Amino acid sequence: MAGKAKDEILYDHNHDGIDRRGFLKCMAWAGTGALCVMSGGVLKSYSLSRLPEMSSKESLGELSFVQISDSHMGFNKPANPDVAGTLKAAVDKINALSAPPEFMLHTGDVSHLSKPEEFDTVDQILKSAKPQDVFYVPGEHDVLNDDGKQFLERYRRGSKGAGWYSFDKKGAHFIGLVNVMNLKAGGLGTLGHEQLEWLEDDVKHLKHSTPIVVFAHIPLWSVYPEWGWGTEDSAQALSYLKKFGSVTVLNGHIHQTLQKVEGNVTFHTAASTAFPQPQPGKADSPGPMKVPAEQLKSVLGITDVNYVQGQHALAVVDLTLA
Amino acid sequence: MRRSVSIAVLTVALVIGLGTIDIRHVSVLASAQQKAETTEVKIDNFSFGPGTLTVPAGTTVTWINRDDIPHTVVSTEGVFKSKVLDTDEKFSFTFSKAGTYPYFCSIHPKMTGKVIVQ
Repeated sequence: MAGKAKDEILYDHNHDGIDRRGFLKCMAWAGTGALCVMSGGVLKSYSLSRLPEMSSKESLGELSFVQISDSHMGFNKPANPDVAGTLKAAVDKINALSAPPEFMLHTGDVSHLSKPEEFDTVDQILKSAKPQDVFYVPGEHDVLNDDGKQFLERYRRGSKGAGWYSFDKKGAHFIGLVNVMNLKAGGLGTLGHEQLEWLEDDVKHLKHSTPIVVFAHIPLWSVYPEWGWGTEDSAQALSYLKKFGSVTVLNGHIHQTLQKVEGNVTFHTAASTAFPQPQPGKADSPGPMKVPAEQLKSVLGITDVNYVQGQHALAVVDLTLA
Repeated sequence: MRRSVSIAVLTVALVIGLGTIDIRHVSVLASAQQKAETTEVKIDNFSFGPGTLTVPAGTTVTWINRDDIPHTVVSTEGVFKSKVLDTDEKFSFTFSKAGTYPYFCSIHPKMTGKVIVQ
């Protein structure tokens, strides 16, 4: 930031190194998500903050969409007292993309406490996003107290059971899974027998060359089971996808970007638009991480995916909001 | 004479009675103070503290969320279930029967604890 001397903290009310003025200033560039560009069947995801560095070639493909996650509307603690502001910043980044993404995926924790007004606020903010089509899967914060009834009423997409569904876009098959219901003591995220059966059936008749994009809130790979960052029966779900040449798994929940390739499957977790969480095992607990205001933008993000039809991979690149 | 004796007996009985009431009163107070000290479970840093709490039957246990993330207190066996507790919100449950009551946070199921009622 230019003129750093002027950005010194005037009133550090929360003793976290952030004063309100400094925070609001940084809000100008905070907000997160990822642009996903599918190119040659490979999904690449770009953190929105890196967009200015992207060549126009990189941002083009047969299909591009944006992943946003963990907006936690209603959260108001020092790690980010303005989650509406950072979500708006993410929308601004999305609207600034040279090629408008076709749609958005929200990988859950839309709200912080499942309150109707929290969902209303997110809906209102996302109305100003250029891509108007949004596909949601719930996070555990969206299904508090009512087993997700309200969430399904708002965001149902002809979905089955607790809200899982699939759809096709330009030859790619998208699968939204729900792994935040009926969590058991001591356990991880869970898909359950009914959903697994549905998944097996859903992909049975697809060609092996069909690019598959799976999105769910809790990671479908063991990021850090000690903190509950994994899904108990994800291995079975992934076994149904073994036959496909290109499988991309997009998750949220852990409020940071991590990527991993395992055989035919590429895993990505998206940053939160609200607040960052520590790296696996790098803190006593996965609680919200307080970072200096000038760093907040770099740890929040959106994911943009671009797909080029006819070839054989997907590419996902995470973009920070910086 | 007879009358005054019976009055004296009554008086003695009353004094004894009052004494008994006093003692009971004191013991009730003492156990209430003890309860206030030992029956609160703090939720902080994604854990229940103490993780295992032992109390006599009839104790009311209060959980208070000191974390900046919401949590729940849910009996693994369906005996009790709190609503979502935001920061500084509380949930209380009175344990009338002896036994072991495991519980967890249904939002973060890695968080577990138990109450042992004697």
